[in-house]
Amino acid sequence: MDAIQKQLLEAVAGFHELPAGAYNIRANGQTAARNSSANIEIIPKDNGTGIEIHIKPGTKRESVHIPVILSQSGLKEVVYNDFYIGEDADVTIIAGCGIHNGGPATSQHDGIHSFFIGKNAKVRYIEKHYGSGDGSGERIMNPKTVVQISEGGYMEMETVQIKGVDSTIRETDAKLAESAKMVVTERLMTHGHQTAESRFKIAMNGKGSGANIVSRSVARDESKQVFFSDLEGNAPCSGHTECDAIIVGNAKISSIPQITANHPDAALIHEAAIGKIAGEQIIKLMTLGLTEAEAEEQIISGFLK
Amino acid sequence: MLELRNISFEVSEDSKEKEILKDISFTLEDHKFVAITGPNGGGKSTLARVIAGIEKPTSGQILLDGEDITQLSITERAKRGISYAFQQPVRFKGVTVLDLIRLAAGRDISAAGACEYLSEVGLCAKDYINREVNASLSGGEIKRIEIATVMARNTKISVFDEPEAGIDLWSFQNLIQVFEKMHERLDGSILIISHQERILKTADEIVVIADGMIKKCGPKEEILPTLLGESSGAECKFWKKGEK
Repeated sequence: MDAIQKQLLEAVAGFHELPAGAYNIRANGQTAARNSSANIEIIPKDNGTGIEIHIKPGTKRESVHIPVILSQSGLKEVVYNDFYIGEDADVTIIAGCGIHNGGPATSQHDGIHSFFIGKNAKVRYIEKHYGSGDGSGERIMNPKTVVQISEGGYMEMETVQIKGVDSTIRETDAKLAESAKMVVTERLMTHGHQTAESRFKIAMNGKGSGANIVSRSVARDESKQVFFSDLEGNAPCSGHTECDAIIVGNAKISSIPQITANHPDAALIHEAAIGKIAGEQIIKLMTLGLTEAEAEEQIISGFLK
Repeated sequence: MLELRNISFEVSEDSKEKEILKDISFTLEDHKFVAITGPNGGGKSTLARVIAGIEKPTSGQILLDGEDITQLSITERAKRGISYAFQQPVRFKGVTVLDLIRLAAGRDISAAGACEYLSEVGLCAKDYINREVNASLSGGEIKRIEIATVMARNTKISVFDEPEAGIDLWSFQNLIQVFEKMHERLDGSILIISHQERILKTADEIVVIADGMIKKCGPKEEILPTLLGESSGAECKFWKKGEK
């Protein structure tokens, strides 16, 4: 791996060297490194379009790293990764994608991740997206996450895209069985002329299921963001979706929440707020000695933490 | 030493000029504890905001240790040693109590160091240090955190706008002690806007502001009996009919 690739890996996965446990590192469309562990098996798909990750039932406190990096300008790829999480497992999956584009052609990574979460299994899924390079070619990432959570299963999803991605369409589609829970925390920042669209569709099909989708975003400069969330309560369940967005400069943001109760005992809430940073917040930090610009940075970095 | 010279502040309301502060002059000497009191709407909070630089006076001068700071920004005044505790503290999503205290202290103090300030305002530090300064905090909690941020700054001038508002009676005793301690220890001056007799009793001097003007000003021993002795009722406690 060269220095640029190592730097991308550090940005999205937080490591330079190979991690412990199971991992699959994909660089410029090829497998750069792969390791299965006793409980976590990574199997490449026949046609090279992705991997299958099988986690044995009862696997506890183990993690899988599956970062993707692209440093070759103009590379476009679609990758399908399927995760089979066994019953009662408790694992962390760290995905992420970094694109460095130093050339004029568009680089694009579309990742379709399918999760099949077994009964009472618990998954923490972390996904970080990052772009760098001063080429005129665009850096595009379109992640799609399709989730099925069985009875009593739990998924916590943390997604972060703070810098350097010119265009993104993020889609998350989940179906929850009885007592299944899903918690999503999304952090998004766009700048320049970037565009970002984030769509959530969560169907709560089982009794006692629940979802909490929290999105915080900052749109700077001339960037544009659209947030869609669609919570469907098809059983006694509870769902909450919240979109908080800060506008800096001339950015434009739309938030389109939808909640549908198809059962009388479905309790659903949506909240959405868009606006500039509150003047009082800046004034308070200025009274602590920060300049206006420092106060703004502090508020944004806290908001996206 | 903070000196206010002939401070006036006007706002436009329904295309008419309204005077909120009228020719206010007084001096906050070093190491003094001065309480400002008076009826609601009399201009007390505006005066505090003028001192912090949030509002600029229409006329008059503000001097800090002899330097004219009237045209200085909020930031510059803060850097020169003015602290201001909001009457209604601001909430932030994502900013933790520890972040805010560190920003106030102006350095990367340890969690243990920040805890000391929280303990002083009667908050069990470990329960609060990592909490966000957001809507989940009660009015009394956020108010005490606000006071802790001013303590962490430890500046020449500390201005508190009704610190007792929103604090329960149980905690009030502690609050008084906090100000007494600050007064003893702080190498600067305290200006507190308050309606509470207990706080007024802690002060060295009392300034009474009503209708945008200083109605009375002097040592606590002199002013306090006149306030407590006056009848309230239909007539204003501080401003009697016919008085101008």
